[in-house]
Amino acid sequence: MSTFTVITRAGQVVPVEGRNGVSVMEHIRDAGLDELLALCGGCCSCATCHVYVDDGMNGRLPALSIDEDELLDSSDHRREQSRLSCQIPFKPEFEGMIVTLAPED
Amino acid sequence: MNYDCLIVGSGHGGVQAAISLRQHGFPGSIGLVSDDCDLPYERPPLSKDYLSGARPFERILIRPPEFWAARNIDLLLGNEAIALEAREKRILCANGTAFGYGHLIWAAGGRPRKMTCPGQELGGIHSVRSRGDVDGIMAELGNVQHVVVIGGGYIGLEAAAVLTKVGKRVVVLEAMDRVLARVAAEPLSRFYEKEHRDHGVDVRLGTGVESFVGHNGHLTGVRLTGGETLSADMAIVGIGILPCVEPLIAAGAAGSNGVDIDEHCRTSLADVFAIGDCARMVSGHGLRIESVQNASDQATAVAKTLCGRPVPYASVPWFWSNQYDLRLQTVGLSSGYDRTVVRGDPNERKFSVVYLREGVVIALDCVNAVKDYVEGRALVERGARIAADILADASITLKSLVSR
Repeated sequence: MSTFTVITRAGQVVPVEGRNGVSVMEHIRDAGLDELLALCGGCCSCATCHVYVDDGMNGRLPALSIDEDELLDSSDHRREQSRLSCQIPFKPEFEGMIVTLAPED
Repeated sequence: MNYDCLIVGSGHGGVQAAISLRQHGFPGSIGLVSDDCDLPYERPPLSKDYLSGARPFERILIRPPEFWAARNIDLLLGNEAIALEAREKRILCANGTAFGYGHLIWAAGGRPRKMTCPGQELGGIHSVRSRGDVDGIMAELGNVQHVVVIGGGYIGLEAAAVLTKVGKRVVVLEAMDRVLARVAAEPLSRFYEKEHRDHGVDVRLGTGVESFVGHNGHLTGVRLTGGETLSADMAIVGIGILPCVEPLIAAGAAGSNGVDIDEHCRTSLADVFAIGDCARMVSGHGLRIESVQNASDQATAVAKTLCGRPVPYASVPWFWSNQYDLRLQTVGLSSGYDRTVVRGDPNERKFSVVYLREGVVIALDCVNAVKDYVEGRALVERGARIAADILADASITLKSLVSR
């Protein structure tokens, strides 16, 4: 079983059990971390599931699509590590990944 | 049963209200009443990924089943609220149950408008509003070849896109002279009409329904106002909703198109708030908005108020619709526009329609143009005044216009 870690806006560290093929957004939502609105339900139409993924995952995550890239530009809190968590289906090789919820816009 | 906060409706508004109350530290009891018997689920996928089978029910649950008890939120499913006793501060349900409240958040949404023409009681005629509606469609689909979609709004067009993709023969009937007439300008309407036709959908404008024709209680055809009868073994009716507010109005709440609310989502009844599709905010734009964003953001506003941190609701509305490989994103409210500007080329399937009122940018509809959607939001928020010829020049980014 692969696990990863979510860090909430308040700094709480929450271990999450990964499910293959299920988006990181759905993992965070199902873990009861209500800060993540994910209003469009995961269809890459908003930017309310914005997270930062630790550098250790560089090269392992699916590439940023143009739509995701442009949506992330809507956030005042965009960084190098920014991703929309609905666009990252979990894979076992993400074991140990650290995902931090971005501040609310 | 009495609740410090009772919520009516388990759609996006009601559910977000419950979640936000706990998130912001509401200490009292919370009950969530709904006529639906299913755990709260997302509505937008009903006409898209759920209908197509891409996402099963478990994947459209707003929260996992164990969440509600963990948050000490009582799900009171299968209870249709039919009356409000404002003085006694309680609601009565169709099954005879009564629930008292300290504060009430009414988020009952709307029920689909039904056709009133002869034959509307036949089997095979569906709405798209609840999981049950869509399960009904999916259960019949194996035996269906010809689908007539009545109403060229977002729901109807999204359903048409899904059904034509799975090989059904689909006709869309629109009573007005263009699809999306209620919500968008002509360039967007014409674009979507062409897209649907290119995908094999028979889009008929200015066409009404005279009656449904059936055999043995099941639909076999749709007779049009012109006299023609279309073969149909399924009809999907997407002609809007009627806000569910009768109990509030009967109890004396102000409202005609939905229930009236102020900028804090308060109705005219003491301790009764209303949010989402059924509520019309009288201050500001004065509109009743049917969208997930509106329901969710109003829910959060009410939750903050009940937790002692009132902030007037003032979100910029946004909306999306996915059809085929087209991503439409809308920001702002186009209602009341006096001019539109098209940016980019609809023939390239990537363009935006910018809406202006007295020279001010009030909204954008962006098709496969996420950048315009993101950057256009700033123009809407600032009420920017930009010359039409500059807006029309897609080589100039909207971002570069923000500070003008």
